[in-house]
Amino acid sequence: MKEHHLILRVVTKTLVGTIILFAFYVQFHGDYSPGGGFQAGVIMAVAFILYGIVFGLHEVQRVLPAWVVHKLVALGVLVYAGTGIWNMFLGYEFLHYGSFTPDHMSHGQHSGILYVEAGVGITVTGVMVAIYYAFAGRTPRLGNDDW
Amino acid sequence: MTETIVNFILFSMLVITAFAIVRQDRLFTVVMLASVFSLLTAMLFVALDAVDVAFTEAAVGAGISTVLMLGTIALTARGAKPASRPNTLPLLVVLVTGAGLVYGTLDMPNFGDPEAPSNVHLAPHYLTNSIEEIDVPNVVTSILASYRGFDTLGETAVVFAAGIGVLMILSGLRHRRREDEEEEEDA
Repeated sequence: MKEHHLILRVVTKTLVGTIILFAFYVQFHGDYSPGGGFQAGVIMAVAFILYGIVFGLHEVQRVLPAWVVHKLVALGVLVYAGTGIWNMFLGYEFLHYGSFTPDHMSHGQHSGILYVEAGVGITVTGVMVAIYYAFAGRTPRLGNDDW
Repeated sequence: MTETIVNFILFSMLVITAFAIVRQDRLFTVVMLASVFSLLTAMLFVALDAVDVAFTEAAVGAGISTVLMLGTIALTARGAKPASRPNTLPLLVVLVTGAGLVYGTLDMPNFGDPEAPSNVHLAPHYLTNSIEEIDVPNVVTSILASYRGFDTLGETAVVFAAGIGVLMILSGLRHRRREDEEEEEDA
């Protein structure tokens, strides 16, 4: 396999960590600033896709194997729906987050939003990376001049 | 005044990009220009104070979908096929649809109109009560995740279904079964 340019590889290695950190910031700071599960999920997926583009599909799948990604796709929806069902077990309506702390409703809302945003983020990350894997797994590797 | 100038420049660049996309037949250039188009749209959303939407547009439209389109090009062809039939009929359809859409906007309330139907029903409740009820400073998050939690659950399910669909088509089960059979034959 022909390796990409040295500068590209070094810059990618420095960027990937920062991108993942930024994804977590967007995920958990969505209450205070623009962002949330959808955006954070995409940014998180971008970190893995960038690594995959520069170092090859095999290398990125050593970090994040395809079967893990496929489980993540379903896990996020389960976390989201599970939050709602948990609310029902606590004796309130589906997705009534106030039920987590009935004596201080807005605290429960904070936890509920945290859980469902986490669910959204997990599913979006999983779907984006899974689609990239599906494309890249079939793509013949192109040299720089083929474009 | 500044905002008008910014909007004017962004919209002009959007139109120029759209024409450049139509004129190109090298698909690599088309994908890159589509990414530029998304980025310009994201800037327009920022100018409209819709930062959450702008964020999503920049990440999904300009980022991920560009990568996926490049992946598609790598699987298919680098150039567009020349049109085999005259473009008159498609042009007519586009013009009529465009005229219909512009006619439709004439009935829409002005941008930011406080009397607009969408601003008099539930929006005032969200804006006045969300700090007391949810206590989250970003109202967009409290609407998205709490007031409209069912909606967002549905959206997540749509993302899930779309992902599963693409996986079924691209990494198809039949392909895997054939590999298993080959392994069995080898054994």
